Amino acid sequence: MATEIIRRPTRSSPWRNPAIRGIVFQVLFVAAVLALGSFLVHNTVVNLRRQNIASGFGFLDREAAFGIGESLIAYSPADTYARAFLVGLLNTLYVAGLGIVLATILGTVMGIARLSRNWLISKLAQTYVETFRNIPLLLQLFFWWGLLRESAPQPRQAWEPLPDVFVSNRGIVFPVPSPDPVYGWMALGLGVGVVATIGIARWARQRQARTGQQFPTGWVGLGLILGLPLVVFLVSGAPLALDRPELKGFNFLGGHAVSPEFAALLLGLVIYTGTFIAEIVRAGILAVSWGQSEAAMALGLKPGRRMRLIVLPQALRVIIPPMTSQYLSLTKSSSLAVAIGYPDLVSVANTAINQTGQAVEGITMIMAVYLTISLIISALMNIYNRAVALVER
Amino acid sequence: MTDVTQDLPLAIEPPPPATSGLVGWLRANLFSSVFNSILTLLAAAFLAVTLPPVIRWALVDAVWSAPNSRACRGAGACWAFIHEKFRFILFGTYPYEQHWRPFVAVLIFLALILASCDRRLWGRRLVLLWLAGLVAVGVLMWGGIFGLSYVGNELWSGLPLTLILAVVGIAFAFPLAILLALGRRSRLPAVRTICVAYIELIRGVPLITVLFMASVMLPLFLPSGVTIDKLLRAQVALILFAAAYLAEVVRGGLQAIPRGQIEAADALGLGYWRRTRLIVLPQALALVIPPLVNTFIGTFKDTTLVIIIGLFDLLGTINASLNDANWRGTSVEAYVFAAAFYFCFCFFMSRYSQMLEREFNKGRRR
Repeated sequence: MATEIIRRPTRSSPWRNPAIRGIVFQVLFVAAVLALGSFLVHNTVVNLRRQNIASGFGFLDREAAFGIGESLIAYSPADTYARAFLVGLLNTLYVAGLGIVLATILGTVMGIARLSRNWLISKLAQTYVETFRNIPLLLQLFFWWGLLRESAPQPRQAWEPLPDVFVSNRGIVFPVPSPDPVYGWMALGLGVGVVATIGIARWARQRQARTGQQFPTGWVGLGLILGLPLVVFLVSGAPLALDRPELKGFNFLGGHAVSPEFAALLLGLVIYTGTFIAEIVRAGILAVSWGQSEAAMALGLKPGRRMRLIVLPQALRVIIPPMTSQYLSLTKSSSLAVAIGYPDLVSVANTAINQTGQAVEGITMIMAVYLTISLIISALMNIYNRAVALVER
Repeated sequence: MTDVTQDLPLAIEPPPPATSGLVGWLRANLFSSVFNSILTLLAAAFLAVTLPPVIRWALVDAVWSAPNSRACRGAGACWAFIHEKFRFILFGTYPYEQHWRPFVAVLIFLALILASCDRRLWGRRLVLLWLAGLVAVGVLMWGGIFGLSYVGNELWSGLPLTLILAVVGIAFAFPLAILLALGRRSRLPAVRTICVAYIELIRGVPLITVLFMASVMLPLFLPSGVTIDKLLRAQVALILFAAAYLAEVVRGGLQAIPRGQIEAADALGLGYWRRTRLIVLPQALALVIPPLVNTFIGTFKDTTLVIIIGLFDLLGTINASLNDANWRGTSVEAYVFAAAFYFCFCFFMSRYSQMLEREFNKGRRR
């Protein structure tokens, strides 16, 4: 007697089928999102029509009719809104770019200082990091701005921390070299030096792979990059004319002037972001195990080469992803400029929105710009990250 | 037989350099090499130049009570300003004789935060405690029952407003963040795409634009006749913003859960929601508590941005009190005071998160 296995046809409802359930759920979810979206759009359209606000980007061609305090390109109130937006965008990029470079330098120095075996240095770095990390950025901006606007003296009694650098309630002025055709040739020399160094480095690497002989690429490169501009400078008779700021009437003339708003914004962004970068650098260096350094010493590498060839490449792998997000957050935080009156993109757009009432378009533009900047920075950092990432066989 | 060594004169060695005591400590930590010694001297010089003027300004030459800022225009800090404006900075435009109500609300918040640091309380009890606390704060601030007079939330300002924005923001953002993180990890493409788009969109733009959107565009989004007040708009913006950041933290935890846990839950016959609620989330959230605390700190600092859309949180009341013509030129003092407050709060929380991190790693390293 064979046991009979009765296979009952499994007749479960389609509701029990995960594939069908998935589709049903997604359709419902998308429908709900679309319904919410169209509800909001419908309300917006109705509200805009009721308030007689024109929609669309036509307003960009109209005359802006408001002044902008500082601008990298020529701008007057007679220009269009589009030009005003461009001025704001350039100001944002300017302060963010400068901020990223300075914050990286400050953060790296402080991160390394915190790891120093010198007690005083590491405590000072720690105090800096702990203090400025725990105070909101906006408050720091107000503080620096207040310090520069209120506590700094009139131009007549300006502080002079360094010769010819003046700090007053009109901002900071410092001397800059007067324009001279030689500087263009020096820049050319610098470019030639960089290109030559890249070529030499490639040649030296191939030669070392072939013959094992090393070539002092670092020193030669340094000599070329610094030496060529210096030679040009000396050959052309060392023009050292400085455009010095001078007190004329109620303010300084000459030199390069930085407004209190810009100075406060840059200072706040750099000091605040520097604390986070310091922590990232410290964590990155600590993440490279001590065994790696010991192995490098066992191979007879000197401290400099050990740092450059063993520790740094591994630390960078840990450092770069969080560093990217700090760069992004610095760029986004530069929008706080609106609170202290530096004419960045958000600040200009805010004025435009108040004048035209076209909030939807204005905010869409700001968001699109920041999203684009974010995507570009993360794309660049991803390319760099791929270059230093662990290559696994 | 003579012992040869006995006759050899031994060179007299100098005593070894101290390795313990003050001198030893100095030698090891401050003057271990020439470079370190130079650094130490430079740092000491820096401190010698900067510290005394700061101390003189903040303590020695400071004016502690004065009728207005002209009376204390000396060389020192004008702390009289803080003394004079203390109540306004803390409680803002809340009716003066009712200030005890926001004061008690602040105490409730502080007690709840301290209670949350006690890990024995973590669990359902803490959630209930927070719910009870929030209801109590609502009753105290709004009033209108138990004989308390009604105070509209357009009068709320200062410290209680800061705490309400931060706490309510996190409390509502957290569940939303969990849903977003689950959605981002979902196998359903439509759900995943929408969640990814939301998270990346919000994380790609500054908080200010989200606040602007809430303050300018939210009224446009709603059907005519429906209005929501400024506080609620800012609160919605903070919730939507914080949720995107929290979602990424939660996702980190979800990704760290081994596949075996999910398969085991499936083998037990648990459905998606029960599997998530009973197996995945408890483990995932425990993993990411330290970064969660860091995100909370970030949200707390971010609440200061609401002054840009015209709310008076702690920083807002400080700015408002600086507008007093009697107290011109005291902004540095005011901001130092505010900074001290925010610092205490954030420093405490970040230390707590570091402690948690150490405790959790202790178990994992074993």
